[in-house]
Amino acid sequence: MYINISNVNKQFTHKGKLFTALNNVNLTIEKGEFICLLGPSGCGKSTLLNAIAGFDTPTSGSITIDGKEVKKPSTRNVTIFQNYGLLPWRNVIKNVELALESNKKLTAAERRQTAQKYLDLVGLGNFADSSPHQLSGGMQQRVAIARALTADPDIIFMDEPFGALDAITRMKLQDDILSIQKKERKTIIFVTHDIDEAVYLADRVVVMTPNPGMVKKVLTINLGPGRDRTSEDFQKIRNIIFETFNMKHTYPIEYSI
Amino acid sequence: MLNNGLLRYLYKKGINLTYVVISFILFITVWDLAVRLSGVNEALFPSPASAFRALLEIIGDGTLGEHVLSSMTRFAVGFILAVTSAVIGGIIIGWFDILFKFTNPIIQLLRPISPIAWMPFIVLAFGIGDMPAIVTIFIAAFFPVLISTAVGVKNIPEIYLKVAKNFGVGKIEIFWKIVFPAIFPQITAGTHLALGSAWVFLVCGEMIGTQSGLGYLIIDARNNLRCDILAADIVVIGVIGLLLDAALKYGEAQILKKWGLQKE
Ligand SMILES: Nc1ncnc2c1ncn2[C@@H]1O[C@H](COP(=O)(O)OP(=O)(O)O)[C@@H](O)[C@H]1O
Ligand SMILES: [Mg+2]
Repeated sequence: MYINISNVNKQFTHKGKLFTALNNVNLTIEKGEFICLLGPSGCGKSTLLNAIAGFDTPTSGSITIDGKEVKKPSTRNVTIFQNYGLLPWRNVIKNVELALESNKKLTAAERRQTAQKYLDLVGLGNFADSSPHQLSGGMQQRVAIARALTADPDIIFMDEPFGALDAITRMKLQDDILSIQKKERKTIIFVTHDIDEAVYLADRVVVMTPNPGMVKKVLTINLGPGRDRTSEDFQKIRNIIFETFNMKHTYPIEYSI
Repeated sequence: MLNNGLLRYLYKKGINLTYVVISFILFITVWDLAVRLSGVNEALFPSPASAFRALLEIIGDGTLGEHVLSSMTRFAVGFILAVTSAVIGGIIIGWFDILFKFTNPIIQLLRPISPIAWMPFIVLAFGIGDMPAIVTIFIAAFFPVLISTAVGVKNIPEIYLKVAKNFGVGKIEIFWKIVFPAIFPQITAGTHLALGSAWVFLVCGEMIGTQSGLGYLIIDARNNLRCDILAADIVVIGVIGLLLDAALKYGEAQILKKWGLQKE
């Protein structure tokens, strides 16, 4: 048990009213797992991710990583955001180098070399000197991924990282993140509201529901690598998730194609 | 500096040189006609031609150069001091919310007071000479930069701060690595705003208690009944103000472009 979330509650006071964003969440995650937090918007996915990443603390309950209580963000765990979080005043390689600047032992040349290595890895080796705004959304998110990998973290948190991208770019990046995870052996906690995305990526899908935000079900996806979105097994798992959300029509639908 | 980039920038902004030239010709024609048709004595209402002759005269004997130099020196000192302290002050009050809450009411109270209203106190405190003009410019430039900096800091996208925290950017480091660059566009906008009003108040500041500068030249020309020099001086003040503004606008556009806030 690598990450341990036990009895976590999170309340916000909004306009004087108490609002429960997370209600008694329990979850354990093993090293090297690819976990998807799946659920409709407002079910507390970001709140849970922020708590595990240390950006926010739960109202009650405990979160430990490797036995240590999470209190603040750590350079050992990197978060990738939907809107990339690149610094517009830095060029691409300088953005990636940010990941290494807290390590005062490295020389500028070493920083650059490592940053370039990961830029190459995400296929943007030739864009080192570009400004972030000159790149497409998909490319910017690749830069953010390169920056995260450069920090050589144990855990990568991703909050709807591909949510702003078009479907094709999205699928390409899904494949990329899978192959990167295989190569770099990272633990990944990935937030999404896209059922297909979750089933395609995850070792386990944590299904969450809102009002109050809670974990409804944890599904192990035994599809192995190289998943086929059109396969029967894939559809079966999708259906289970649809049922969990009560979104499946109970009457038979007639198809005439 | 009128380099290639600036010309291209002006052109893109639709400021075609043809319009500028025609506009100036129109202005001079109207001015000239007004002098002729009003029948007022040329010594009191100088024509463009006599103003131009006066301009050549004060350029020729070196007076204009001297006055421009001392005005620009005061302007540079007052303006740079104002921008530097306003940026530092703005970052501090913008960063610490409690400081902002306490200082904002005072700032809002002081801001609408014309720098000229302070003049008697300024003269009492600093005496005459360069200081009154410098202090006037300082007051005029300080508040716009202070406010835009503080507001900029308060509105820094949360994600930049999260990223900084995540990658272990230090508590002090964060100011020059994240905060300052993130608000640089706002600082430039505030500086741009400040430049205009500071230049306006330079002339006022120099009309009191100085023996040099473009503001002093106005008083001096009036005392010597040289309305032609007065008119020439006014034109020079306008042209320098215009050039300063154009230079800053150009700089601002470059920064916005680099930050990706304004694509061309
Ligand atoms: N800082 C906050 N203050 C008040 N309410 C918040 C805050 N952050 C999140 N919430 C509320 O908590 C709920 C869960 O939010 P969030 O975790 O962002 O959901 P998700 O990421 O699943 O869309 C939402 O209803 C949201 O309005
Ligand atoms: Mg969210």
